[in-house]
Amino acid sequence: MADPLLAVEHLSRRFGGLSAVNDVSLAAEEGRITALIGPNGAGKTTLFALIAGFLKPSGGTIRYRGEDVTGEAPHRMARRGIARTFQVVQPFAGLTVHENILVGAHLRHPQREAALAAAAQVGRDLNLGAMLERPADTLTVAGRKRLELAKALATEPKLLLLDEVLAGLNPSEIRDIVPVIRALCRRGITILMIEHVMQAVMSLAEHVFVLAEGRIIAAGSPAQVAADPHVVEAYLGHGAAARLGGRAHDK
Amino acid sequence: MKGLVPVLAVVAVLAAVPLAGVSNVTLNFLVVALMTALAGQGWNVLGGYGGQYSFGHAAFFGTGAYITAVLQVRYGINAWLAFGLGIVGGALLGAVVGGLTFRSGLRGSYFALVTLAIAEVLRISASVAPITGAGVGTLVKLDLHVAALQFQSRAAFYWTILALVAVALIVTRQIERSRFGVWLIAVRENEDAATALGVNATAIKLAAMVISGAITAAAGCFYVQYFLFIDSGLAYGSWISIEALLTPIIGGAGTVFGPLVGALLVRGLGEGARMVTGGEAPGVDLVVYGCVLVLIIWLAPRGLIGALAQLRGRLKRPAPLVEAGHG
Repeated sequence: MADPLLAVEHLSRRFGGLSAVNDVSLAAEEGRITALIGPNGAGKTTLFALIAGFLKPSGGTIRYRGEDVTGEAPHRMARRGIARTFQVVQPFAGLTVHENILVGAHLRHPQREAALAAAAQVGRDLNLGAMLERPADTLTVAGRKRLELAKALATEPKLLLLDEVLAGLNPSEIRDIVPVIRALCRRGITILMIEHVMQAVMSLAEHVFVLAEGRIIAAGSPAQVAADPHVVEAYLGHGAAARLGGRAHDK
Repeated sequence: MKGLVPVLAVVAVLAAVPLAGVSNVTLNFLVVALMTALAGQGWNVLGGYGGQYSFGHAAFFGTGAYITAVLQVRYGINAWLAFGLGIVGGALLGAVVGGLTFRSGLRGSYFALVTLAIAEVLRISASVAPITGAGVGTLVKLDLHVAALQFQSRAAFYWTILALVAVALIVTRQIERSRFGVWLIAVRENEDAATALGVNATAIKLAAMVISGAITAAAGCFYVQYFLFIDSGLAYGSWISIEALLTPIIGGAGTVFGPLVGALLVRGLGEGARMVTGGEAPGVDLVVYGCVLVLIIWLAPRGLIGALAQLRGRLKRPAPLVEAGHG
């Protein structure tokens, strides 16, 4: 098998005495959707911040396209083709939707006209076409999530790190956006996503890593992971798997 | 080029003012207002577009002024060259201050305080250093020749400062429509989000500071040629730091014409107040500045131009838009 697009090896990050990310290794295979799940506080967002360069690791390496990119500044990561979205969306509040996307589009298009056109195209791809001239702070939650995605996409990434883009959306909005993410993958963008909405993880991801208390506790296909007793315990507490299994036995 | 039409139109109208036969007093007022506008235009690039609020732009104004004066008086360098080197000095100081502050990650009020401190350090140094004339100041010899960048007529001075303001307007307008400008505004709005999109925030802020320093220094260079005298209080005093940030904020920070509108308004009101009180109440213009600032921040936090744009937007789109269906 070819080298994965992104390979994280033995990555650690400590905050004082707390190991937020502890000896984590994972890989995102090119052209696939990989999911990272785990209970609240597991260290998922910290792991993303490490990969995208916003935090420096205490140990371990990050390889992107075979190159060691550990500890590089975030803007360099973006130039290499790694784009991230933020769990708490970070629009440029005073600007219009079009101008927001333009910031990302300028990375690959130095000329204003080309960048404006590219930004408008990304906006239309994400069904923001009718809202391009609106101030970003007038968008609904779903609109802001789409804008967050549009900004990242405008940088024309090869690897997209999605931090809970579905959180806060209602079921119909989730149904709308799931095909968008799948289409991105089909266009050749490798996706690594943090997600709590399991229905979406199940339908989108080919490979799932489970993070709990800073460690990878399970990995595999969505079905394998969902059946893993360690995963059930991480979410529901110690002994939960046995209790649930026992109940299944009783039936 | 199309984007430059408003700039060229405004400059053309202002250029015609001396031809309308206005008095020397009025011209003098306009020269000082335009000089303030120029200092404010420098601040506007960094503060208005980049969101980095400097409280010490006197550092650039004074450095430009001292370089222009000292090079002429002590080294006999031609005034035009000294003027140019004053602008370069402002840019270099911008690189040094920006390098120190942005590379160490200073933001917000910390950045403001450090810029304030730098201007104060320069003021105190200039008040004791022999090369600046220390407490006595430096007097530039009266030599009313174009070669010495001094003019017989007020109108010539007026056109000189107008030309500088015009260049700054064009630079600002071009920044606004460039990738650099888009990224600078992005840094102002949300530095982390900009960084995630590939923007090297430190480099962008540093570049903005260099441009900002050069423009505000040009105002200082002009000050020396116009008044032919500089001392530490005039060069590095808080008066110019305050005017450099007051004019864009009142006119509209982060807009091309904000500093110009703000300078004309602030200076106009100040003069008006002085005339009404007949010079009996020194400092009344400062009271007026304070009142205007309070009113603007209260009623139009985005400045006069921001308020006008908002008003026009409201007239154009009477009803709040309902979000178009998604999916």
